[in-house]
Amino acid sequence: MSDPLVIGGRELTSRLFLGTGKFASNRLIPGAVQASGAQVVTVALRRVDPDFPEENIVNFVPEGCILMPNTSGARNAREAVRIARLGRAAGCGNWVKIEIITDNRYLLPDNFETIKATEELAAEGFVVLPYVSPDLMVARKLAEAGAAAVMPLGAPIGSNRGLKMKEMIRILIEEISLPVIVDAGIGRPSQAAEAMEMGAAAVLVNTAIATAGDPVAMARAFALAVEAGRTAFLSGPGEVQQYARASSPLTGFLRDE
Amino acid sequence: MEIILNGKTVDVAEGLSIADLVAQKKLNPQVVIVEYNYQLANKDSWPDIKLRSGDRLEILHLVGGG
Repeated sequence: MSDPLVIGGRELTSRLFLGTGKFASNRLIPGAVQASGAQVVTVALRRVDPDFPEENIVNFVPEGCILMPNTSGARNAREAVRIARLGRAAGCGNWVKIEIITDNRYLLPDNFETIKATEELAAEGFVVLPYVSPDLMVARKLAEAGAAAVMPLGAPIGSNRGLKMKEMIRILIEEISLPVIVDAGIGRPSQAAEAMEMGAAAVLVNTAIATAGDPVAMARAFALAVEAGRTAFLSGPGEVQQYARASSPLTGFLRDE
Repeated sequence: MEIILNGKTVDVAEGLSIADLVAQKKLNPQVVIVEYNYQLANKDSWPDIKLRSGDRLEILHLVGGG
């Protein structure tokens, strides 16, 4: 069944986006990307430390993937726009994940600054995927601002707590026409499946895969879960009922009387 | 003379270009990107931009991130 996710004019067959942070070794990344099937892979932009030169992360991302730099480190729209432009100059293409954070404890995004950055970058031709706290009015403003998708958090970044924001995300899926990609907080494949079952367009996973005992196997587990959840969504799940409804016929019982 | 490189004050030789500095620091020019006084400096321009005292330079690269 053909069921592509179209973002920024690109047809994606995989609905699992993968982050490349926190892997114990960059050498684990190619296998994890491959096992996940991810076609969109996030990276970050940082200052070079000439005394401790790092490996080039791009060398570990299989060819053909869309490299999506995030704007992590940005504290306002101006900094996010600056980082996005530098990321594009670094050869990442024109996709960008806007991430604007000033809250150090929960790493919750600044929705207001995110809308401003989205507007500016979309006007410059970027394919903008903003990371936000799920809020319907914010999502509508992002759509007006030219976002290519909306990426609400399921739970705080790296927390592995799952879909704590489920009801608000459900409303976004129901009410806005942009793809809704659940980003952050998804810690288990079952949580990814849950997001997909309720109609999320995709999920972005990093910590849960990168910090697993076997990241490559976990990447595969997430790929299976995302596919299962998507297939379930498309299959039209049955209604939830308060009371039991017999699955076997209620006639023809073999009884003494 | 002193410039601000990645937020730190460093001493560099007079007349040094961005290309010279990247080479001196043994950085891979194919990988790093340079912002010169808050403006993106394209690789083509690196040999022509001679650093001056007080310049702000950011040398950046891509790393793993979510």
